[in-house]
Amino acid sequence: MLEVKDLHVTVEDKAILKGLDLTVNAGEVHAIMGPNGAGKSTLSAVIAGKEGYEVTQGTILFEGQDVLEMEIEERARAGLLLGFQYPIEIPGVKNIYLLKAALNAQREARGEGEIPAPEFMKLVREKSAQMQMDPSFLQRAVNEGFSGGEKKRNEILQMLVLEPKLAMLDEIDSGLDIDAMKIVAQGVNSLRSAGRAILLVTHYQRLLNHIEPDRVHVLVDGRIVKSGDKELALELEARGYEWVLEESVA
Amino acid sequence: MSAPERFLKRLNARRGEDPSWVAARRQAGAARFEALGFPTRRDEEWKYTDVRRIAEGDFALATDAEFDATRFDAQRLDIDAYRLVLVDGRFNPGLSELDGLPAGVSIEPLSQAIEANHEAVGGALGRLAGVDFSPFTALNTAFADEGAIVRLAAGTVVDKPIYLLMLSRANDQPVMSHPRVLVEAGARCEATIIEHYVGEPEAANFTNVVSEILLDRGAMIDHYKLQEASLADLHVASIHIEQGRDSRFNSFNLNLGGALVRNDLVTELNAEGAETHYNGLFFVQGRQHVDNHTLVNHNAPRTFSNENYKGILDDRAHGVFNGKVMVKRDSQQIEAYQNNANLLLSDRAEIDTKPELVIYADDVKCSHGATTGQLDENAVYALRTRGIDEPMARALLTLAFAGEVMEQVRLSAVAERVERAVAGRLPERFNLSDLVETAEAVQEA
Amino acid sequence: MASEEMEQLVRREYKQGFVTDIESDTVPPGLDESVIAFISQKKDEPQWMLEWRLEAYRQWLKMTPPSWAHLEYPEIDYQAISYFSAPKKPEDRPQSLDEVDPKLLETYEKLGIPLHERAALAGVAVDAVFDSVSVTTTFKEKLAEAGVIFCSISEAIREYPELVRQYLGTVVPQADNFFAALNSAVFTDGSFVYVPEGVTCPMELSTYFRINAANTGQFERTLIICDKKAQVSYLEGCTAPMRDENQLHAAVVELVALEDAYIKYSTVQNWYPGDEDGKGGIYNFVTKRGDCRGDRSRISWTQVETGSAITWKYPSCMLRGKESIGEFYSVAVTNGRQQADTGTKMVHIGENTRSTIVAKGIAAGHSDQAYRGLVKIGPRAKGARNYTQCDSLLIGDKCGAHTFPYQEIGNSSATVEHEATTSKIADDQLFYCRARGIDEEDAVSMIVNGFCKDVFQELPMEFAVEAEALLNVTLEGSVG
Repeated sequence: MLEVKDLHVTVEDKAILKGLDLTVNAGEVHAIMGPNGAGKSTLSAVIAGKEGYEVTQGTILFEGQDVLEMEIEERARAGLLLGFQYPIEIPGVKNIYLLKAALNAQREARGEGEIPAPEFMKLVREKSAQMQMDPSFLQRAVNEGFSGGEKKRNEILQMLVLEPKLAMLDEIDSGLDIDAMKIVAQGVNSLRSAGRAILLVTHYQRLLNHIEPDRVHVLVDGRIVKSGDKELALELEARGYEWVLEESVA
Repeated sequence: MSAPERFLKRLNARRGEDPSWVAARRQAGAARFEALGFPTRRDEEWKYTDVRRIAEGDFALATDAEFDATRFDAQRLDIDAYRLVLVDGRFNPGLSELDGLPAGVSIEPLSQAIEANHEAVGGALGRLAGVDFSPFTALNTAFADEGAIVRLAAGTVVDKPIYLLMLSRANDQPVMSHPRVLVEAGARCEATIIEHYVGEPEAANFTNVVSEILLDRGAMIDHYKLQEASLADLHVASIHIEQGRDSRFNSFNLNLGGALVRNDLVTELNAEGAETHYNGLFFVQGRQHVDNHTLVNHNAPRTFSNENYKGILDDRAHGVFNGKVMVKRDSQQIEAYQNNANLLLSDRAEIDTKPELVIYADDVKCSHGATTGQLDENAVYALRTRGIDEPMARALLTLAFAGEVMEQVRLSAVAERVERAVAGRLPERFNLSDLVETAEAVQEA
Repeated sequence: MASEEMEQLVRREYKQGFVTDIESDTVPPGLDESVIAFISQKKDEPQWMLEWRLEAYRQWLKMTPPSWAHLEYPEIDYQAISYFSAPKKPEDRPQSLDEVDPKLLETYEKLGIPLHERAALAGVAVDAVFDSVSVTTTFKEKLAEAGVIFCSISEAIREYPELVRQYLGTVVPQADNFFAALNSAVFTDGSFVYVPEGVTCPMELSTYFRINAANTGQFERTLIICDKKAQVSYLEGCTAPMRDENQLHAAVVELVALEDAYIKYSTVQNWYPGDEDGKGGIYNFVTKRGDCRGDRSRISWTQVETGSAITWKYPSCMLRGKESIGEFYSVAVTNGRQQADTGTKMVHIGENTRSTIVAKGIAAGHSDQAYRGLVKIGPRAKGARNYTQCDSLLIGDKCGAHTFPYQEIGNSSATVEHEATTSKIADDQLFYCRARGIDEEDAVSMIVNGFCKDVFQELPMEFAVEAEALLNVTLEGSVG
């Protein structure tokens, strides 16, 4: 589904990703782990198309399409959705507006008509209940005045409504208490399906106790230096990142 | 012939005879206007607004109040209200609906009040907006022979909005009108007043209106000014409010139309507990020019004012905001907040803004802020990552920008009218009303 | 706090009020072309300079004083002012500090500026202006080594006529405004600084202005030019003795920053504000303007204004060069009957220009003060940004604080933000401090200093200390 090959990315002339390879297949959950500053967030931002990142080399293919040639919204409509580490506040734009406009944009891209209002209402009510969000949240401006946990739950709510093919979640666990983490994790787990892939970017292993990954990759200094199954995450938790680095240099 | 002389010669040609008190006022207004002349940009109050288009114009006075009935329904707000209609400054009884006024409510055209030589009207009229306020109030005082006199007895809660509809026609010879509105709200009464300026799209007239609104102790008035004049209309308005103890005034000053628009909004908070809320929105395109001047005088302790004005400017439009808060000496425990935000959508649009504080008391909480900028690119990006394309993201954020003011609007007929106008620039497939309905439906569920 | 305590505290004495008994060479009051010719001749000026002055004078005659400021003062009789006053014996003016009239040094002593000590210890070159004529200039040699020219404007007119002619009046034209025109006609002294390309001035340059003789207006003219990639920090301190009559001060300061140059101009002004009834005091009508002429140049104004009966002053930046930066940091404190109408203008002309305005006003006693600012974004100033923060603090209920910020924005890619607040010192802040055992006056001073912190931190170190001390003197006891 997602194929990243030899990806080099610079930010303000500073090399961040230095030849990253990653393949994610449908139905899989991948976790990208690594120390701070390794380039984890850069990877998801580049895939989502954030400005300010220059791809100097390499390719990103999503279902065979060249992602780098696509506009930001085209990527989203194709089913590539990024959950932000720090979701922005958008004063005045109601959550419900955002959800409906985004959903209809995707449906239109797929040649489907607009979602009938009753169906839409049923959908958002059901999904917000799943995320244990009061329906009044839908009337509030996007993320405005939300607590850190509420913002993250709101990101997952958007995933549940928009049903991406590949959900990328950037540090979705940061700033969450254990209860909020459980709610977020069950939301993510409910997204798991044979046709969908999930890419988790995280610094800590604790999230992976709740969302069990199929593959774990260690990103150090702009490259994936080690990959393994979920056991690798536990090992990283116990031993830190140093040994991986040493191993990769050796 | 000088510009004031050219205007005043129409006064001498006016038909009809006035009672002596009216004639004396006309004379005083004419004399003052002649002495002042039209303001120029050298006047601090008119620094950013050039009124030559008015001064150089030649405007007749309308002689009838006919209005094409087939076009009327599209112009008026779809709202159940007590309605008084002026057409180019002349009263149209046929289009008005003033039947069945509840007890304690009186709405009559100014011409009738003058005819009846109403002493009460003579007393209150012109008390707040004298001939010295500006050349335009002087000009209005000289000419005013029509308008609306609204009197609400103490304790009256008016069941329906009072709707003053001012229509402007497409005339062969442009006309001027100088309507006068007087609202006397007795103690503890509650009412909604709408001044709606709209007209035929080809209209190119000059409207110069003066409104005076007096709120007695505990009165609560919502005042809407919805200005949707044609893009060739010239519009000057001043609204003067005086508030008694514990009264509350909500102003909605919504400007979408007009080639050249100047609004002055002046409030005297004269007794403790008086509270005013100024909400303003203007949206201008093409070469429209809109100037909003607001002034709140905190003349008594423990008075409150809050102001939020927003402007959206496109093309080569020009906007002006001048908001002034004055706190008199010994007016302690004042709270006064003011915010002005402007969104420039085009490189050639211009905004001049000046939020002023003049404060002579120390126990005050006063603040103002003014920001001008573009849409937040991070917000545009965030919406695009959800699959919303860029034009739509920008449209949605523009709507949200206006939304902060529109949220305060309690009359849905007004809110919808303005939102439709703002949404007019959104991509067609962006079904705004559907979104709004959905949001409302979810809320109700 | 009880109001009488407050009154007591407000009634502070002007600590810098004393008159130095030096005989002055003063022309009789009045102004005409012959007085200007006299000034020019006294200063050995070339013909072009005299002509320049006369041109300004002739324009001035056609002008009227500005009336838009939020100020009230009796009309000034410009024929009652003496336009030249120089210490006697100009021919044997001291050549070094040792030769300086001990009385003059004593004056500086009283001001708390032990000149030679301070100069030596702090490494500051002081061009002391004492009633209009530069008496001594220190550290000239060290500056000369770096190629920096730092001298009186009179000397510059004689020694560096090309530089002066090239730049004088190019930032503030002769007929810019009423007071600038007057200054252009009659200026008697001031400083001249030229920092050549690539040079960072090795020390902070400092001038102390002081008005001494009665009935003499002081009209300095300062011109600072920073060539490409050069940097300089300039400090200006001003005091004046107590007088019953009001004295006029109308200075002009012109700054020119070429490509990548940086000029930092700091002022501490504590001229005599008049007595508590508003008698006497300096009328301070100053035109200060910086021209960011080159790309990436930067001009920073920092001012602490505690003195003068009337202040009319708007240090400004013309941001012409691409990516040039203008800054204005100001603390204005008024007490007694002082009036101040002060602020800044930031005129964005070039692309991606940036400006920051931080203005803090503190009004006490019966004083009245206004912030007046203009942020103008021209049509070609793509990507221009301004941030303005403007806060007023009122101490007592007889004073006034006003804010008049003008914004003229003609470019959609500009971002302009203005925030302003007016309030008194919060009771709970005072209570909190006092509950910690701090007496009220100290608490107020602490809170006010905190209020001004954003500005003080922009001042050079020695000045920051002085500014804080000055603030405390000015506000002594004005708690409410």
